[in-house]
Amino acid sequence: MFTNFNRVVKFAFNDFSRNKGISVAAIFVLAVTIMLVTSLFFFQGIAGYLTSKIQDKIDITAYFKDGTQEQDILNVKAEILKISPNIKSVEYVSKDQALAYFNKVHKDNAVLSQALQEVGDNPFLPSLNITTNGDPSQYAEVATILQTSDFSNLIDSVDFSQKKDIIEKVYSIISNVNTFGLILGIVLIFVAILVVFNTIKLAIENSKEEISTMKIVGASNWFIRGPFVIQGIIYGIIAFLICFLISGISAYFLSPQISPVLPGFDIFSYFLTNWWIFVLIQLGFGAGVGIISSFIVVRKYLEV
Amino acid sequence: MIKFNNVTKIYPRDTVVLQDISFEIKEGEFVSIVGKSGAGKSTLVHLILGLEVPTSGEVYFKDVNLNNANSSQIQEIRRKIGVIHQDYKLLPQKTVYENVAYIMQVEGRENKEIAVEVPKVLEVIGLENKINNFPNQLSGGEQQRLAIARAFVNNPDIIIADEPTGNLDPYNSYEVILLLQKINKAGKTVILATHDREIINKLGKRVVTIENGKILRDEAEGRFII
Repeated sequence: MFTNFNRVVKFAFNDFSRNKGISVAAIFVLAVTIMLVTSLFFFQGIAGYLTSKIQDKIDITAYFKDGTQEQDILNVKAEILKISPNIKSVEYVSKDQALAYFNKVHKDNAVLSQALQEVGDNPFLPSLNITTNGDPSQYAEVATILQTSDFSNLIDSVDFSQKKDIIEKVYSIISNVNTFGLILGIVLIFVAILVVFNTIKLAIENSKEEISTMKIVGASNWFIRGPFVIQGIIYGIIAFLICFLISGISAYFLSPQISPVLPGFDIFSYFLTNWWIFVLIQLGFGAGVGIISSFIVVRKYLEV
Repeated sequence: MIKFNNVTKIYPRDTVVLQDISFEIKEGEFVSIVGKSGAGKSTLVHLILGLEVPTSGEVYFKDVNLNNANSSQIQEIRRKIGVIHQDYKLLPQKTVYENVAYIMQVEGRENKEIAVEVPKVLEVIGLENKINNFPNQLSGGEQQRLAIARAFVNNPDIIIADEPTGNLDPYNSYEVILLLQKINKAGKTVILATHDREIINKLGKRVVTIENGKILRDEAEGRFII
């Protein structure tokens, strides 16, 4: 058993090195396919980051009437958290905090500072900044809470209604992009698998006669199939190594270019934190497609 | 050892190759199957190897009906038969040494044994200087000798030679036939399919003559008469 396995592995390496042209072609096609899958994964990372950024930005701010007691506002906050526990965050911003924030942001803007001084008093209203998970239904839920009679007399205004259309639009765009990306991804991967399958088929086609001779001299199916399947694994592993290096290096060099466009998103650190997923996807896909293609093609020629 | 029982083989488009053939080959026999090209000699060989299934009738190898044999039984039988094919059927991507070693590896023989046996066999057939060549780097005669080495190396129970002298000069042809006779004397069964009149007439062994898919003659000490 062990001797046979050793022999099969040796045959695989021999065939691999004796058919360099075919091996290089198979590895190249496999590597291109793996890169495609990898870029889909990168794309998914960027899309996920963008989605969460957009969803973070679209929040609801409830402004309370001037003079509302802090305790009353905190009650409203508690009520929101009680009724809608999945809410991301509810942050209380007092009059003074709002003023301080304004001053901090516009400290270099003389016109605004002057305007504020002319008003004299602190014109800001206390507020609750409510961040949902981006699901429009949560907005509706929060809106209902804020509109109940108990609280409505405390509230000056809610900037939800103005944002509602945009929120729903963004949400529908995000879900469309996700669905489209998924369908496109599946189609591309399917096409790529077909291309790899055909390349491996061409590689094995070369050995059609050899396979039938092996059958005639009484070799068992696994003794014949083994070297081809192992060659599929070798193709997969080499293609994986190439792709892993390419993705790491390109993430490293693209990172400074992408960061200004997507502030806060570092594609290289995304690669580093998810490296094992990359290994899993690239190696799994490469070796998987390699093995399955070889297996299916040889099976066809084994019917002697 | 091998028994054909009313075997008929018809290829698509009603091409009848063998028609109601019955004969038996006993252990240790030297049987020549003669006939013109296209008489059905190669089909007969393919039926024994289980490469083809008869349209009707049965082929037995040591009591195993090849029609009903499963794939591992067929593999087992093929390993017991050393075949010299008309078109050699060498493994083009393996060297001379590996071609011969492969047969022993299929049998699951030990590496040590292979390392001793293969050079010996290659020396016998005069290919000891070409062990690292690939089949396409050999002449026709050398390829044929390699096919012969491959058929003998496993010390099979039975040797089937399908036109083994087709590409050889008279001297080498004579050598091959001598080798087959030697193997037969050692107790092995030999089946020789050929249309070489001179060889058959010299042998003085059993001859089965096939014509138009039928057995024309089956004589214990036959001659080539068509």
